[in-house]
Amino acid sequence: MSILVNKDTRLVVQGITGKTGTFHTLQCIEYGTNVVAGVTPGKGGQLWENKVPVCNTVAEAVEEHGANVSVIYVPPPFAADSILEAIEAEVPLVICITEGVPVRDMAEVRRRLYFHNTKTRLIGPNCPGIITPGECKIGIMPGYIHKPGRVGVVSRSGTLTYEAVWQLTQRGHGQSTCIGIGGDPINGTSQTDAIRMFNEDPDTDAIIMIGEIGGSAEEEACAYIKEHVKKPVAGFIAGASAPKGRTMGHAGAIVSASGVGTAEAKFAAMEDAGVSIARNPSEIADALLKIYKG
Amino acid sequence: MNIHEYQAKRLLQDYGVPVPKGYAAQTSREVETALSHLSDDEMIVVKAQIHAGGRGKGTFIDGYKGGVKLCKGRNAALDAANHMLDNTLVTKQTGPEGRKVQTIYFTEGCDIAHEYYLAIVLDRETAQSVVIASTEGGMDIEEVAENSPDKIIKVSISPTMGLRHHHCRRVAFELGFSGDQVKQFARILTGLYKMFWEKNAMLVEINPLVTTPEGKILALDAKVSFDGNSIFQHPDIQQLRDLNEEDPKEVEASKHNLAYIALDGNIACMVNGAGLAMATMDIIKSFGGEPANFLDVGGGANEDQVTAAFKIILSDPKVKGILVNIFGGIMKCDVIARGIIAAAKNVDIKVPLVVRLEGTNVEEGKKLLRESGVALTPADSLVEAAEIIVKQVQG
Repeated sequence: MSILVNKDTRLVVQGITGKTGTFHTLQCIEYGTNVVAGVTPGKGGQLWENKVPVCNTVAEAVEEHGANVSVIYVPPPFAADSILEAIEAEVPLVICITEGVPVRDMAEVRRRLYFHNTKTRLIGPNCPGIITPGECKIGIMPGYIHKPGRVGVVSRSGTLTYEAVWQLTQRGHGQSTCIGIGGDPINGTSQTDAIRMFNEDPDTDAIIMIGEIGGSAEEEACAYIKEHVKKPVAGFIAGASAPKGRTMGHAGAIVSASGVGTAEAKFAAMEDAGVSIARNPSEIADALLKIYKG
Repeated sequence: MNIHEYQAKRLLQDYGVPVPKGYAAQTSREVETALSHLSDDEMIVVKAQIHAGGRGKGTFIDGYKGGVKLCKGRNAALDAANHMLDNTLVTKQTGPEGRKVQTIYFTEGCDIAHEYYLAIVLDRETAQSVVIASTEGGMDIEEVAENSPDKIIKVSISPTMGLRHHHCRRVAFELGFSGDQVKQFARILTGLYKMFWEKNAMLVEINPLVTTPEGKILALDAKVSFDGNSIFQHPDIQQLRDLNEEDPKEVEASKHNLAYIALDGNIACMVNGAGLAMATMDIIKSFGGEPANFLDVGGGANEDQVTAAFKIILSDPKVKGILVNIFGGIMKCDVIARGIIAAAKNVDIKVPLVVRLEGTNVEEGKKLLRESGVALTPADSLVEAAEIIVKQVQG
């Protein structure tokens, strides 16, 4: 009952021996995620925490350990190179948690993703990761707030997603999969991509989309929803009170001087697409439950 | 990160883009030296250097008009510079408080045949660089785009292929250049793109790019902003950062790895996560309050960071109340609670404090706060927290 990751996921962790990589990998293993290998160039052949074999390259992790998803905890200067290495190794799904990746590096990565023979989907960077509750947790989200179920959640924000997921769980509604697509201006998976996958997933019955000011990802998603999505969708946009021209923490969260990317425009697009709108972050689950009984 | 016009023009010159001869000055002695390099018989342009547009039409707080002056000879230029230096300039982009002018840039005047607009931006939707050009230079390009969109030329450049000669020729011909000017323009655009790419810029803008009656093309103004994520790769650009142009609270916050932005209201917020921080500001506003700041303490804040965050928040005299909203994930609620208790001991918090904790180790966090004796109001939900703080602040 999920998209992209499940109990069959075989995870390789790029940057497994670093402080962040170690901490979050232990948490993911505890949740039940099947971590088959780690990658730290130069440390190939070691056994991380007496549990997981470390490889020098992603290709090795794929060939020798059958990795089919990669997660990246590599520092910003090297993150894009790590993504490109995973793409070259034809890993079908790559999740980049790293915050602060140079935008120009991401422009190059995005071009590489467009190549006709690219077999990889990228999620992130600057994202909390992806979780299919009860089966597989990849990233930095707290596992216990989630519960297996049939609501798909996609979001540009980390803690705001936890807020929405917790509201769902407290009201007895579980999640099929929750995806954090990240707060950067150029990323791998868009709101529209995630909503398309949820729409096509027989085990997802309803969708929550959490957006932020800046860019037009939510407007594009609403155009898609209007045309293709019959499942109930609820949405929230953070940043209605943000001033123009200031980047609000996430590099992607900025309303330009000409007014592109405002919360009002995004709320209007949601209204037009028939999305149930939460005007307030504590009403995200309730906005969905108004139109979805589960 | 933004830089001043005079710094942008020096960079442009390094990349082969012609600019008028110019000299920057920060003291009256430097003003004299700068003027001695310029001819007394020619026009001299005196330009106040601040990180905001609309300088020409701006007004200084003492009533002196115009942050850009065309002066005949050195004495007139000196007079203009004396009015501007250390004065505060208000433009449509600075807000009513204006910006203090600490640098003056003097350039040679130049005769203008026509004004053009030329810029390169990184477009987030297509992940490509886009060259934007127009024959309608010297004005607000957003107005041009709105009123006469057919006068805007846009050419997308693939990040892997880069800018090619045919791109330059195409833009040059569409702008109406011919003969030698096509070659001049191609050199300028090539240099501009090289600088844009090599220095990890998000925007380079020349407005206006002018032709002289003799047919020469040069950049009369320049604006550049860089990708903050890439600054570590460019120590030369990092040195151009002018801390005077930034809010001192924001500078202090960045030293502690906190994302802080000062706003106009009186309810301070401290939140973990950028999205939740924005949503917290939104909910304060929906109850009729006004947020005093955006503050994301991040996913792994420690006691020291929380204390620093309280100090920064309380250094804003407008603040009449504080709302702490933490959804502990990786960040544990007991750690935040200890941070709040430590901060309350170190920093004298005289305004109402409302704390909403949720997530990992929430019970332990709440218990620590209850037993600490720190004066605060606990809240169970974000709505409740926002409602309480707005009421307490508004009395």
